[in-house]
Amino acid sequence: MKRGPDYVTHAVLILGVLLFALPVWLILAGATQDSDAIARGELSLLPDPSGLGIYARVLFAGAPGSQPVWHMLLVSTGMALAIAVGKIVISVLSAYAVVFFRFPFRQLAFWAIFITLMLPVEVRIIPTYAVMAGFGLINTFTGLWLPLIASATATLLFRQVFTAIPDELVEAARMDGAGPLRFLRDIALPVSAANVAALFVILFVYGWNQYLWPLLVATDPRLDTIVIGIVKLIGVENQTDWGAVMATATLALVPPVIVVLLMQRWFVAGLTEGEK
Amino acid sequence: MDRRTIFGGQLLPALLVLPQLVLTLFFFYWPAAEAVWSSMTTTDPFGQGSVFVGLENFAELFSDPLYLQAILRTVGFCLAVSVLAMAVALLLAVFADREIRGRAIYRTLLIWPYAVAPALSAVLFLFLLNPQVGLIGRWLNRHGIPWDYHLDGGQALLMVVLASAWKQVSYNFIFYLAGLQSIPRAVVEAARMDGARGWRRFRTITLPLLAPTTFFLLVVNLVYAAFDTFGTIYAITKGGPGQATETLVIKVYRDGMINQDIGGSSAQSVVLMLGVIVVTAVQFRFMGRRTSA
Repeated sequence: MKRGPDYVTHAVLILGVLLFALPVWLILAGATQDSDAIARGELSLLPDPSGLGIYARVLFAGAPGSQPVWHMLLVSTGMALAIAVGKIVISVLSAYAVVFFRFPFRQLAFWAIFITLMLPVEVRIIPTYAVMAGFGLINTFTGLWLPLIASATATLLFRQVFTAIPDELVEAARMDGAGPLRFLRDIALPVSAANVAALFVILFVYGWNQYLWPLLVATDPRLDTIVIGIVKLIGVENQTDWGAVMATATLALVPPVIVVLLMQRWFVAGLTEGEK
Repeated sequence: MDRRTIFGGQLLPALLVLPQLVLTLFFFYWPAAEAVWSSMTTTDPFGQGSVFVGLENFAELFSDPLYLQAILRTVGFCLAVSVLAMAVALLLAVFADREIRGRAIYRTLLIWPYAVAPALSAVLFLFLLNPQVGLIGRWLNRHGIPWDYHLDGGQALLMVVLASAWKQVSYNFIFYLAGLQSIPRAVVEAARMDGARGWRRFRTITLPLLAPTTFFLLVVNLVYAAFDTFGTIYAITKGGPGQATETLVIKVYRDGMINQDIGGSSAQSVVLMLGVIVVTAVQFRFMGRRTSA
């Protein structure tokens, strides 16, 4: 059945694309314009190429009383990487132990981790703050990421992946004299590389996008992530430097979007795979 | 579903599982226990220490009309965000599933907003809906429709619903598209042979086959709307004007961190935790083992 182009389909999809692209276009175009004009409500949809210097300004100078944006990007990157890598490492290790060994309290350990599956930090704000204070982790970089790397989701995923490794493969490796750690490094990890990649994207984005947690544990401006920084910038709406807000918002948006786009195939497969 | 082949040894697995167990203990169980404990205490009148009061904080909480309103508001907010985000995603997924030119590009352009931080989606919506700066907000005011979410609670609520749903469409789109792609071609062909087309085919064939995806997404979206939207709401309205956009999580934060009502805030945390546990149990009861990131 050969037909001409399906105009309705294209129209719907283009509308959808615009629905997402429009707000981003607004900040891309707006960042290059004069802040006072924006404040007067004269935001134009056309960028002004001569205003590109705004990016250098927010990156290296920053708004009064706040860190330059390069520093916020550094904190955000550090936090997102630490969360992604940390979660993957401890989840791989614990899932490997639960799947490939029999040890006392194995089921108990698994369930203790499993039950925390859907208890986000949002539901235990005050008590977690108290515990953090007890450890002296308030206003430290460690405090930004360490408590967020314990989660059941990744452990469950790796448990599923490791359980699916064929027994023959394990037998063969053992015949060759591979111990448990070598098997993990040479076989179990390589066969789950696609899952690791997908999980990395999901966790990097999760870490980069944190707002409540850094708000809670870090009041020191030197620990401001870019997401915290941008919300601070719009805090005083009457005297906001709108151009700086838009440029900062663009810089906050770009890194996680690039990660998602670069690893799109693994990410989409990994996200939906566990659900079938 | 245990493995047949395993490795020997006791010490190694204990060491492997230890980091996660320790972190879980310190950052999940300890705070949870702490929450349960402080939800049953109150600071004594001289501010010297805490006094055990049993379930008094809970009784107080559930007789507080503001809390009951916050529950209703949160339920309404979560449903609005979920239905909106899922409906738009389903529509886009149905069209993106068709055999058309450039579908890979369309998909990419619909997936990237997954990476947008909830707090950042609030900033983006500011430039659409702010009464002075926003493109649409200004237009409304110029055309005689008074629009200012700083003053009007209903408008504030609408704005946080839109910003929250906008960010979640991509996630739902990815799952609906995967769901559509897993519908066997034979089923679609058979329906076509029977003369079912367009809306009727969608309603009688596609929608029922997507039911598991829809149910899974509903749970994920409700949880997202209840918790992850803290950044979106707090960045735009801080829960205001008044209590107009105060969801349960915003209230926990305001009462606990800003008003320093530790007992009351902890009681709210405990209620939320019980809520999440119930939702998780329901999900597992109906879905088997499905996890979300």
